[in-house]
Amino acid sequence: MTEHNDIDRISGRSTTGHEWDGIRELNTPLPRWWILAFYATILWAIGYWVVYPAWPLLSNYTTGALHYSTRASVVNDLAGLEKLRGEKMAVLGKASLSEIEKDPTLLALARARGKTVFADNCALCHGSGAAGAKGYPNLNDDDWLWGGSLDQILQTIQFGARSGHAEAHEGQMLAFGRDGILKIGEIVTVANYVRSLSGLATAANFDAAAGTRIFAENCAVCHGENAKGNQALGAPNLTDGIWLYGSDEATLVETISYGRAGVMPAWSGRLDPITVKALAVYVHSLGGGQ
Amino acid sequence: MNKTVSQGDLLAEEGRPLYVAHKRVHPQSVRGTFRTIKWRLMVVCLGIYYLLPFVRWHRGLGAPDQAVLLDLPNRRFYFFFIELWPQELYYFTGLLVLAAMALFLMNALGGRIWCGYLCPQTAWTDLFYAVERWIEGDRRERLRAAARPMTMERAAKRVLKHAIWLMIAWWTGGAWVLYFADAQTLVRDLATFQAPAIAYIWIGILTASTYLLAGYMREQVCVYMCPWPRIQAALTDEWALNVTYKYDRGEQRCSLKKSFDLRARGERVGDCIDCNQCAAVCPTGIDIRNGAQLGCIQCGLCIDACDAVMKKVGRKTRLIGYDNDINIRRRMDGKSELFKPVRPRTIVYASLIAVVCAVMLYALLSRTLLDLSVLHDRNPVAVKLSDGSIRNGYTVRLLNKRGFDRVVAIDIDGPPEASVHVVGLDSVTVDRPMIVLARDTTTELRVLVTAPVDDKSERSMPVRFRVTDIGLGEVASATDHFVLP
Repeated sequence: MTEHNDIDRISGRSTTGHEWDGIRELNTPLPRWWILAFYATILWAIGYWVVYPAWPLLSNYTTGALHYSTRASVVNDLAGLEKLRGEKMAVLGKASLSEIEKDPTLLALARARGKTVFADNCALCHGSGAAGAKGYPNLNDDDWLWGGSLDQILQTIQFGARSGHAEAHEGQMLAFGRDGILKIGEIVTVANYVRSLSGLATAANFDAAAGTRIFAENCAVCHGENAKGNQALGAPNLTDGIWLYGSDEATLVETISYGRAGVMPAWSGRLDPITVKALAVYVHSLGGGQ
Repeated sequence: MNKTVSQGDLLAEEGRPLYVAHKRVHPQSVRGTFRTIKWRLMVVCLGIYYLLPFVRWHRGLGAPDQAVLLDLPNRRFYFFFIELWPQELYYFTGLLVLAAMALFLMNALGGRIWCGYLCPQTAWTDLFYAVERWIEGDRRERLRAAARPMTMERAAKRVLKHAIWLMIAWWTGGAWVLYFADAQTLVRDLATFQAPAIAYIWIGILTASTYLLAGYMREQVCVYMCPWPRIQAALTDEWALNVTYKYDRGEQRCSLKKSFDLRARGERVGDCIDCNQCAAVCPTGIDIRNGAQLGCIQCGLCIDACDAVMKKVGRKTRLIGYDNDINIRRRMDGKSELFKPVRPRTIVYASLIAVVCAVMLYALLSRTLLDLSVLHDRNPVAVKLSDGSIRNGYTVRLLNKRGFDRVVAIDIDGPPEASVHVVGLDSVTVDRPMIVLARDTTTELRVLVTAPVDDKSERSMPVRFRVTDIGLGEVASATDHFVLP
């Protein structure tokens, strides 16, 4: 800016020399520290361009003297995390399931790890608190289709049920109606019979003797003569208060007519063995473990 | 700046400027009552600050032997015989309330006592002034030197001054970090460059801030940065004693010689001989004779300066003293002076201090060294078991604040026939679960309470968790709810 010797009479300060309709602008320079800070930011920007990736090129970008990349640093961080985690998790890997359950420190570690893994992988079907939903078992209760001991839970998580894995649990609830094994009247009767096993109300004209007979001929093979179920086949206990799909007559008729074949995926290929172990301990410690 | 009409003149017309360019203050040294009080308080306060981390306090195995320690990594705060856990941070709230109330009470009694005598900014600035005076001489020498071109000797003195300032600042920052780790170990680690980076960073930050605030910014901090003068102005009242120039006695100012002449002629002349000593010794560069003002930190040094002059000229001392406008007016009206330290305001502050102290003392004495907290499962809130009974899950956190391991038993008062199970604790040989609590730790347990509930008329019922130290008999309990699905 050119220097003006134009001094404002009232304030005694120099003006910029600009004048609009007799109004003149006082020359009020920015404070020196401010200007210096401003120049410093410019220098900083130039330094930044040199050191860090800054300018887009046609097919690439200037990588900067440091070759810094957020992607690389994330990969690095993750690797570091894995390494950090690996040391702790190796201890879990060495301990047996029952040892983990008995050692408060290992139990806390396995539960913490299991909880996050559960939230990422299992909560979708079983719910974030493992309370389950229709068709998806509640893992907090004491009723288990395939067994609730630590080893059995581990087995189920590893290979799943009807997952297609060679070692997966296999079990079939036949479609008695669709496949013409039972007539609709018989299905209604046996549905009422099953309800009566756990003390639920039955239809007014329900024929208990017929129900007993139909059950013994068709259902007892898997569910057992006293309907207590069979964990080897994944056949549920029909005498307790816990129902995977519901206990009302319509649901039971649907179950008997069309069968059920819920799928639990196998996790052994997707999660590493130590993680699966931690998951089993977590599920077991939810309260349902036997 | 071009000067036809000075900016100062212009602003004087419009009132006080919002900011005036920094004029270096060169306060003169002074001796007297208040100066002595200030020196002694400085020695006590800085002495405590610098040396407290080195005071040892035996706490037993595994616990740090430092009297005052803020152990952030382990989340423990040690203050002599008191050990605070994170959940007891409300003691710090109590301390802050106490500090505020003490500040208010001081203010109601004697104005900005905090500013003048106790504020760290005052203490360190005073110390830095002392160093400056010792090396570069008193006010007159420094003013004379500042007007002359720089010489080698003066440059050397200046370097020495800054070196000593930096040493004080460095030790100030160093003492700060010693409160956060074992002081003896940290000093050794710092010296051998083994200490964590954060320690060096904090020392750097506090060294810089001490050096800048006490060496350069000085009274600017009090005038422009500190909120307390503004708050203080709103909190004070007319009875508070402030460093006051008693203009009823001082005016008309008159030089000593002239005053003798005038008095000989029987004319009334004030006691102030306009020697400007009060302004010369002022660390914030104000003239107290202009009345109470923001820049006055009420350190009382002008009182000492004025008293010395008054003694010399054979007049009554305390022309400047702790006083208030009420008394000035009363004297002018021929009434006697009146001081009212006990008034509603001070009574309220003092009572609040007493109440907070009592509450804190009660909380401190009644706290247990065994504690628990209970968190009910939120998802699911209740689980129905195959036999029809209901189970609720809880996260129970047990706190063992003692310095040794101990065995506790957990039991509950809750729904009839309820049973307790602790996950991971299979072998329950007695009728209730027993846990070993490691010393000085929290232990988190997953506790399941199962009860056969026939009566579904109530949605939930209270359940009381009780932990009992098998050896000592200490008991702690917490109440939660047993919820039905």
